[in-house]
This record gives sequence, C-alpha cells and structure tokens, in this order.
Amino acid sequence: MSGVVLNEIRRGVYLDSVALMRLSRTVAGLPGVLEAALMIGTPSNKKIMQDAGILTPEGEAAQGSDLVLAIKGADEAAARAALDQAKAQLDAPKAAAQETADRKVRTLRAAANALPDANLAIISVPGEFAAAEARNALANGLHVMIFSDNVAIEHERALKEEAAARGLLVMGPDCGTAILNGVPLAFANVVRKGDIGIIAASGTGLQEVSTLIDRHGKGITHGIGVGGRDLKESVGGITTLMAIDALDRDPETQHIVLISKPPAAKVAEAIVARIGKSKKQFTLCFIGLDRLSLPQNAVLASTLTEAAEKALGRLIVPAGAKVPMLNGQRRKLRGLYSGGTLCAEAQVILRRKGIDVASNAPIPGVPEISGEAQNSILDLGADEYTVGRPHPMIDPSLRNELLKQALVASDTAVILLDVVIGYGAHDDPAGSVAEILSGSAENGPVVIASVTGTEADPQNYSAQVRRLREAGVIVESTNAKAVELAAAALASSQGASGQRRASAS
Amino acid sequence: MRSVSVDDLLKTKPAVVNVGLESFARTLSGLGVPVAQVSWSPPAGGDAELANIVSLLNLPGEKTERIEAANREAVRRMLEGDPVLIDVVPAESVIPQLKERLILHAGPPIEWARMCGPMQGAVSGAILYEGWTKDLDAATALAASGGVQFQPNHHFSAVGPMTGMITRTMPVMVVENRKFGNRAYCTINEGLGKVMRFGGNDAEVLNRLAWLRDVLGPLLGKALRDSGGIPLKAMIARGLGMGDEMHQRNVACTGLFLREISPWLARATSDSEKLAQALAFISGNDQFFLNVAMAMGKAIMDPVRGIENSTVVTAMCRNGTDFGVRVSATGDQWFVAPVEMPVGLYFPGYSEADANPDMGDSAIVETIGLGGFAMAAAPAVVGFIGAGNAATAVTYTKEMGEIAIAENPEWAIPALDFQGVPTGIDVRLVVGSGITPAINTGIAHKKPGIGQVGAGVARAPMGCFQQAARELARKMGFV
Repeated sequence: MSGVVLNEIRRGVYLDSVALMRLSRTVAGLPGVLEAALMIGTPSNKKIMQDAGILTPEGEAAQGSDLVLAIKGADEAAARAALDQAKAQLDAPKAAAQETADRKVRTLRAAANALPDANLAIISVPGEFAAAEARNALANGLHVMIFSDNVAIEHERALKEEAAARGLLVMGPDCGTAILNGVPLAFANVVRKGDIGIIAASGTGLQEVSTLIDRHGKGITHGIGVGGRDLKESVGGITTLMAIDALDRDPETQHIVLISKPPAAKVAEAIVARIGKSKKQFTLCFIGLDRLSLPQNAVLASTLTEAAEKALGRLIVPAGAKVPMLNGQRRKLRGLYSGGTLCAEAQVILRRKGIDVASNAPIPGVPEISGEAQNSILDLGADEYTVGRPHPMIDPSLRNELLKQALVASDTAVILLDVVIGYGAHDDPAGSVAEILSGSAENGPVVIASVTGTEADPQNYSAQVRRLREAGVIVESTNAKAVELAAAALASSQGASGQRRASAS
Repeated sequence: MRSVSVDDLLKTKPAVVNVGLESFARTLSGLGVPVAQVSWSPPAGGDAELANIVSLLNLPGEKTERIEAANREAVRRMLEGDPVLIDVVPAESVIPQLKERLILHAGPPIEWARMCGPMQGAVSGAILYEGWTKDLDAATALAASGGVQFQPNHHFSAVGPMTGMITRTMPVMVVENRKFGNRAYCTINEGLGKVMRFGGNDAEVLNRLAWLRDVLGPLLGKALRDSGGIPLKAMIARGLGMGDEMHQRNVACTGLFLREISPWLARATSDSEKLAQALAFISGNDQFFLNVAMAMGKAIMDPVRGIENSTVVTAMCRNGTDFGVRVSATGDQWFVAPVEMPVGLYFPGYSEADANPDMGDSAIVETIGLGGFAMAAAPAVVGFIGAGNAATAVTYTKEMGEIAIAENPEWAIPALDFQGVPTGIDVRLVVGSGITPAINTGIAHKKPGIGQVGAGVARAPMGCFQQAARELARKMGFV
C-alpha cells in the first residue's frame, strides 16, 4: 500500500511502552492514517517498525534512549496532521490520577467481609440462583431474607433445615416484606414501635396488619416474613416455628400475630402445640379459616382486619361511608388488587356475604375466573401478570389499563381497589388512580378503596386518602371494610331491583 | 465465624448485605442502615444447578471442614515454599525421557493436528534445532506423520512460555524449592522479536537458541552453582515494590537478578567478550526474569498437588487451542476448555485479526498470585486492556482477591497499603462467583514464524472450573 511515511525523533525521551502503545493506537485511528507507532528506538522496536514499513532513515538513526514517532498517512497532509496530533498528546498534561476506583464487590463473601457487623442478607436475584446465594449467606453466618420467587420447594426445605441447624433464620422465598427493629426491608411500611410481633407468610398481609396497628395507636416489635409456602407440609413451618420461638423469648413482644394461608393439617398441629407452650397471647389469621381448636392463649381471626382488631384489643371503626347507590342497571363487581393477600381477604368476605365471585387466584370455594359474566376479583401481582413486567405495586400501568376498561364497561357497578404504599411501592399510587378517574363519565361505577400505609410512610397515608377522595373514591378504613361496603351496595341494589320487579308484576 | 442468633438479630439493628435489587440498598442507606451491595452476575457460567452444588461445597459442615483444612494445608505449602534458582543444565540431564524424540510443549496435552499455527511453527523449529531433520519442511512432515512424541511440560516438572518448547539439548533453569526439596525447570527467555516461543523458526531464531545452549546456558549455570543459588522469594517482593507483576512486566526483577548474578558471571569466565555478551543479553531483555518466575511458580505449586479434598488450583496453562486447569484434590487430571482470545494492544501493522488465542504455561505465575493477580503492583500494565488507569489495576487485584482464599504477606503491594497478593485460587470461589482468573499475556501471531504481535489480558475459561467443581463435588460425595 502506498502512502507517506514520516518519522520524527525525540532525543533522550523515555516513556513507558504501554503508554506509547496506547498513544499509537489513538494516533492510528485518526483520519487518513494507515499506520502509526510511537516507540523507543531499541533495535527490536526498530525491527518491528521496519517490518511494518514505517521506518525511514531518520528513524533508523534513533538510539535506545530516543523516542521514534513513525506515521504512515494516506497523504502528506494526513501524516503531518497525525504527527502534530501525536506530539500534542505527548506534551498534553495528563489528567489527574483517579482516586482508587469505587469498586463494587462481586460476591456475598467479599461484601460480608467488607461489612463485619453484617447480620442479614437480602437476596433478590433470579429465582434459580437464589438458593445458592442464600446458602452463601448462611455460609457467612448471615440470616437471610429471600425476596426472589420461583425457588424450587425442595431447595426451600433444604435451606431452611441448613439454616435451622445453624440457628439462622430464612425469611422467604418470595418474602416481600419484613420489619426488623423498625427497619423496613424490601416492601414495608414505617410502623411505630410497640409490643405486637407479627409473623407473616405474605407481604401485603403483614403490611395491612402492621399499618392498621400503627394507625390505631399501637405498634410492633418485629414483622418477620416466612414465605408463602412455609406452612406447607413439605416445608413444615420451619421458619414460622423459629420465629415463634424468637418472639416468645423477646421481652418486648407481648402479643404475637400469625398470618398465612390455611396451613397443612400436620403443620397446624405443630404450631398450635408450640403456641400452647407459650405464655403470650396469640392471634392466628389463616385467611378464610373460621374454625380451629386452639389453646387458651390463642384466638382465630379470619380476616386481616379482624387480626389487627384482636391484636389491638378493640374494633376498628369504619370510615362511616353510607352504602352507595349503584347507578342504573349496573350490577357487576370488579376488584383490581395489587396485593395478593388483600385479594384473598376480599374473596373471603364476599364468599361469606353470599356474593358469587370468581378470581384468577381463587381461595378454596371460589371458582377460577372464566369469561366476562361474573363478579371478579383479580390479583394483578399473580405470575400471569408479572412475567416481564414489574409488580403492580411498583408500576401501576397495568392496573390503570384495567381500571380504564372497568370504568367504561356498561355493567360495572362497583370497582374495588387496594392502594399499597410504603418503601418499595410506587411514589404516588393514589395519584395514579385519581388521574384515571378524572377522565371518567358521570353516573359510572362506584369506586371503593382502602389505603395500606401509615402517616410516616414516604407517600403519607392521609395525603393518599385525600387524593382518592378528591377523585370521588370512597375510601374505607381497611380492605375488609371496603369489601363489606361493596358487598352491602351490591346487596341493597339487588334488594331494590327485586322490589322493583315485585311491584311491576 | 460471625453469626448472631435469631434473638440477637432481633435485639440489634440490621446490617445488610444486599444481593440483587439496588433500590433496596438505597432505601436502607437512606435510613442509616449499614449496607453492602453486591454487584451480582450469574455464577457458574449461568448453570444454576452447579451454582447450587458449589454453594453446598462452601457451607460450613463436617464435609466442608475437610475442604477448608485441606486448603489451609495447600496455602501453607504455597507460603512456606522457598524457591532458589540454582543452576542451568541441558534439559535431558534432568528430564531423562527427553533422550527419545520427544518434544515438550506448553499447556494441556495436544496432538499435532489440533495445534495452533505458532505451536506447529515452533515444533518444526525445535525439530530442526535438534537436527532430527535437515530442513523445516522435513521437520513439519516428521511432526505431522507422528515421528515425534508430544507431552506437556507440566508432566515433567517443567514450564515454558507461549509455545513452551523444551527439547533434549535446550538449557533449562533449575529452581529448587528448598522447603520441600522438589525442583522445577524452565528454558531461558529468548528475548523479543522473532523467537521460538511465539512460533518463530528461522535461522535467526535457531542461531540464538544455539548460542543459549553453547554459551549462555553453561556460563549462567556455572555462575549460579558458584553463587550457591539465588533465593527468589525476596527478589519477587522487591520487584512488586518496583512495579513488576512478573508476567508482563519483569523489568525490575531482571535488573535485580542481573545485579546479583553479575559478579558470579564475571568470575565464571575469563573471556570478557563472552561475559559482555551474556550481560548484554540479560540486560537487553526486560522479560528475562519471566522464565525464572515461571520455574519458581512451578516449584512452589508442585508440592501442593494431590492434597485430598483441596479445591486449590495447582496449574493453569494453555497450548493455544485448549486451556488446562489442575486442582490439588484431583491430582494430575486436566480440566480442559477452549482458550479465549486476549484483549490487548497490538504492535504497528497488526490487529486482533492476526492474533492467536491465549497460549503458554506462563499462567503458572497467576496460579501463585502474580501476573493478573498482582496487577495493582504494576499499574502501567493495565493499559494493555484499553482505557485502563492506575485505579483499574487495583480493581483487578481486588477482583482476584474474591476467588483466592488467602493473601501472601511476603508479597505485598505498596499501592494497596501493603496488602498481600491473592493466593490460592479456589475452584469453589471461581464457580460460585462467576469471576475467572485474569491472565496477563503476550499475544502471538496466529501464523507460524511471525512472532509476537501484541500483549493484553486473557481470562481463563469458566468451562475448566465448572468441570473441576463437578468432579470435586462427585469425589467428595456432595452429589
């Protein structure tokens, strides 16, 4: 290849070869440059330049103490420009050396070494790797909260056994919420200190009960998540039993609330037996379970609101909304939930009130949803809605979409919503609901909601309630009360239409 | 081990290690909770099942305590090694098998057909050098027809850089590990330019090899014998303080070595021209010490082989086609995967398109905590991988620290407040973290006979460590 070769020598200059190679590469990348080398004029370097066809007699004269600048350009101008550029870069002051790079450690072991007081690991990696990382946490003597879901149940069992053998606690998998010593972990609220300890298999269950306790003047010691499958027979309640032991020994905790889906019979037995040995008061909320023989120191609550009431030792007053009149021939209830346990609680109450309802996440006795014709309660945090999409508590766009559809559907009578705030949740979920409602027509469906949160939460409970009410939403004091109100509205309008039919005949 | 009871967990404020979503860590930091974020990426080459097995290998318990004890022993042997350069001798005098038509090469075992260009070029050159054929074509034909045998250097207590050729008459340096009594061998570094280690095989290359055999080898051997041997451990320590990492940068140690050996060289010959040639050869080759460091690495690691239950890596090497890893508990078994391409800078006239994949036994220096593991000591080297600054050099050493079980207090890095180089690569940590060893390396042209075209950093392939982890887990009854 033809071209113009220029050599220039700087006598008595030594520069590090790596620095020179980097500079050579920069210069070689300039427009019109075919080849470039900045090298100390040792025999071996001159040989390299010779072989590359960029050594002139001038460069050949260089010694081992000289710097050779050798450029081959497409033409004289390009070569000259590149040579000037190379010299300019050689002479340019170097940028100040950076401080030691702020390197993030790549392993749990290194992080634990960097934080010698560490006592807890939070794992939120993809589920298939979560068990390995959780075990790494145990290996480093850390308690674990596994936020990840999709962890195989046999791994969960193995991990919990390994942890128990070491006196360590595994919260989760799929543990969305915990509060230890007032510190909210993952999705949790700012709940005041008190004497009630909560053990929960579900995130929103723990959030609802802890915030109700807070808003009604009491507080909690700890909120321990155990994961949704802990009370299955294949896991055996390992974490739940450890948590009961710990809260039983904890001098601050006077009353213990246990929240879960109904447990396997064997596991329930073990738990009831353990409770019987405690001197503390227990409230058991196995969502929807109305009957269980319990020792003297324990009571059963079938909803989250009841559980909070039992722990508070008093009833929670409804917000006092009148039963709303439903508009026209609208007859259908549509529940759009972001919280799985709040969704289950809604079904429990509707079932109890004799209202037919279907769900994508049905509790026992409730049918799986099919078609448009039914009253429906949707759990939008269920897997089918969260694949490749953030959870609706973080990103309300999916619920917004369904809310818009429900608002324009001519048969929607009541829309039920939960609004969950706290750390991890969306910045302004009430605002996002209000925005949708602001565009809706008069005489549309009645919208009933509750807010799960506290005054101390970053989004602020009262501000969220106010925002909803300004948008025309009826806000009840708890999810259960909101559902009861919706049920009452449906019942009274059914009663009314029944009367109309009667009078017409 | 740390570890607080559940009761204590509830009595104290949490201090959190967060693995995954950084938003959790930000929230906690905002609340004043101490938190350490892990920059997580999938471990075990993305093999979740293997990640799970490896986490079992790390979980303290009866079986894993055997691993820990074995690894403590492995590290003890590494740290107590006392390597001394004692002699230069013809290879066949210490490797008796070399009397046959046998060529030793770098990396794990490989047959002629699978050898890369530079390796084949070096083989042909070595045959001609030994006089087994009259010309290169005949040499190539002899090798291709199965007329010579090939064996890895590592099978004979030897190592060689890049192609790593060792044949019977080549002079090898002898490093004795005085703590354990074993010896290891490596050829003399040929210098820069066209050299056999980069596949060079022309007259210039062969003439230099002849001079090494006939002049420098015997002279250096006598000087070393007369000196009583040159202890290497302290020399490495000083070199680290002077900016060497003993793989890509050996300027300081070459100078330190020359300072020690000069009087002994002078006494070893009355021929002042010969002496001048010897001194000029050593002082004219910044990488002269690399081969000393490699023999030292082999001498340090050989006593670590075959410790039952030890998951410490005892050898890493490449033949330009495959990368091979040996682990203590699995003895002489090779775990092999395709080599990777180095990332680096190229000499004028060359680019990535010319480069041969990673090659040589020189990764033995990383195995003992030098090279890529000691990058923080040699910030200038980090420039080879592009926009590296001095701080990046530190991150290399820190990252390697995450896959090593100890630090070497005698080999300290000034820039890290005299923290020791990471020592004892643990297969469990490599697979469990997804971090593979970083290896500083020269880059050979992929065609035989051309030589070095650049230098850079290569990564050991995860595949070797995945296989090793599976085998260790099987052997120890974890799966």
